[in-house]
Amino acid sequence: MTAAIAVGILVAGGVFLILRPGLARITVGFILLGHAVNILLIAADGAGRRGAPLTGEGDLARMADPLPQAFVLTAIVISFGITVYLLALVRASRRTGKPDSDPDDPGPSQ
Amino acid sequence: MSGAVLSLPVAVPLLAAAMLVAMPRRRRLHLVTGVAVTGGILLLGGAVLATAVGGTVLTLDIGGWPPGFAITLAADAFSALMLTVSALLVLASLAYAAVADEGGPLFTPLTLILSAGVYGAFLTADLFNLFVFVEVMLTPSYALLTMTGGGRGAAGRIYVTVSLLASMIFLAGVALVYSVTGTVNLGELAGAARHSTAAALACSVVLLALAAKAAVVPLHTWLPRTYPAAPAPVMVLFSGLLTKVGVYAIIRVYAVVFAGAPQYRWVIMTAALLTMVIGILGTIGEQTMREILAFDMVSQIGYILLGLALFSTAGLAAAIFYLVQYVLVQAALLVAAGTVETSHGGGTLGKPSGLAHRDPLLAVAFMIPASSLAGLPPLSGFIAKLSLIQAAVAKNSYLAAAIATAVSFLTLLAMIKIWRGVFAGREAAATARPGGRPHALRAARPALIAPGLALAVPAIVLGIWAQPLFTAATAAADGLTSTAAYVQAVGR
Repeated sequence: MTAAIAVGILVAGGVFLILRPGLARITVGFILLGHAVNILLIAADGAGRRGAPLTGEGDLARMADPLPQAFVLTAIVISFGITVYLLALVRASRRTGKPDSDPDDPGPSQ
Repeated sequence: MSGAVLSLPVAVPLLAAAMLVAMPRRRRLHLVTGVAVTGGILLLGGAVLATAVGGTVLTLDIGGWPPGFAITLAADAFSALMLTVSALLVLASLAYAAVADEGGPLFTPLTLILSAGVYGAFLTADLFNLFVFVEVMLTPSYALLTMTGGGRGAAGRIYVTVSLLASMIFLAGVALVYSVTGTVNLGELAGAARHSTAAALACSVVLLALAAKAAVVPLHTWLPRTYPAAPAPVMVLFSGLLTKVGVYAIIRVYAVVFAGAPQYRWVIMTAALLTMVIGILGTIGEQTMREILAFDMVSQIGYILLGLALFSTAGLAAAIFYLVQYVLVQAALLVAAGTVETSHGGGTLGKPSGLAHRDPLLAVAFMIPASSLAGLPPLSGFIAKLSLIQAAVAKNSYLAAAIATAVSFLTLLAMIKIWRGVFAGREAAATARPGGRPHALRAARPALIAPGLALAVPAIVLGIWAQPLFTAATAAADGLTSTAAYVQAVGR
């Protein structure tokens, strides 16, 4: 249940930020969405109803599935790389002095 | 042939790209390495295809874990065919980028990384690794689009944002599939979604993400807004590989995990028909060659999905034949459009005009693939469309057959629109005015037209001598309608 609530809040925040103008907000939005999906992946191992998947920590049959942790590790590496790339894009658009939102967008109200 | 060779298409391009990044500015070395690596993979793909057409499924479990935990690569006829045609396309776009001198200094290494992801996506037998390989493919594509001029603005941002969002949905779908079924191995998932509604819902999230990547209507709007902003060689590469990986994965997941479940086929049929019609109607409002071709790409995806929606061996074979020949035809058209832009100062209809007189070779290089795309005999597009429509009629899908025929007429109209605007008639006075480009009156360099003409050759050969490819496509379709051999090879 905790995981579901956390995923819900993160997705709501992520989607809100992605729909805002400006690449920097979109980047933060994708960081939040990435975390949401990672929690969803972790929740797939059944840790909520089983023991922690650590060797030497009790019965193998009652242990949570360790494979989603390997998935999440890979997903974190990928989303880290993408975040760095997006930040580089933000920086590049700052340097060229071009606005980083759509030209046909009204932009944030000021 | 041992399954160990399947690691080569993924590992070798990545290693070669790493080596080339360490040696920037040596363009000849970049080109030679890129062509040598991709040519080797083309030969390997042909060899794997020859084995796989006989019904053998090569597999490789990397990491020493049992299947289900290891990174499983598998090549049946469908994978091998896609691997081969992708390598051919990468070769063509490397050659075109080299003669056109476009695409930026890192074009070759980025293309090699991208191609490694594409080959991996075709070979993997695991949904999570499919996600990883799709990311390996997309990350260099972001760089290719945004590092080169036109993609830096809104187009680049739309492309990156939509792709990332689709990837997030894909990963969420994988998480749901894993929590419902306890596995992401395609062999163990076989038929899971056909019998369990929960698994079908989880898998439909994966299919939704793949549909966005394949630009299926109504998730297509990003493609015509972004691809034309890329330089022509980059668009050739993207159009031949990225959306096709999406289509490949949709076909694979639906055939294996859904086992062709008849209760959901209407969804794919509706999406296919809408994609065909809305894609081709989009061409009406566009005024440049590559924007028209981008909407055409959307429309053609619908044809391939139509074959999947029929889910008969004849339908799938037609879809796979269509996919293979269409990758090459579309690349030939884009090379021709790119050559018009670089040699005649723009791709807007009516801006360069009357090129058929000034540059007859270029006109031929456009006309052959354009006729094939519209489905005129004796070219490859005719065989593809005819066999698809025959398969639709055989399944009593008369509406689908009628729409497919009507859309191919509209495709012909879209091609005629380009022909009238750019090639037919007299040269407009505007291009001859002083202040126009100095070389605007000359024909394009033959070296620039050569890749386009070379890509037009398969359109003729596959039209007249279609049987070998059709045999391979039928073998691939057999492997999709009865997945037992594939499932047994990749499962536990």
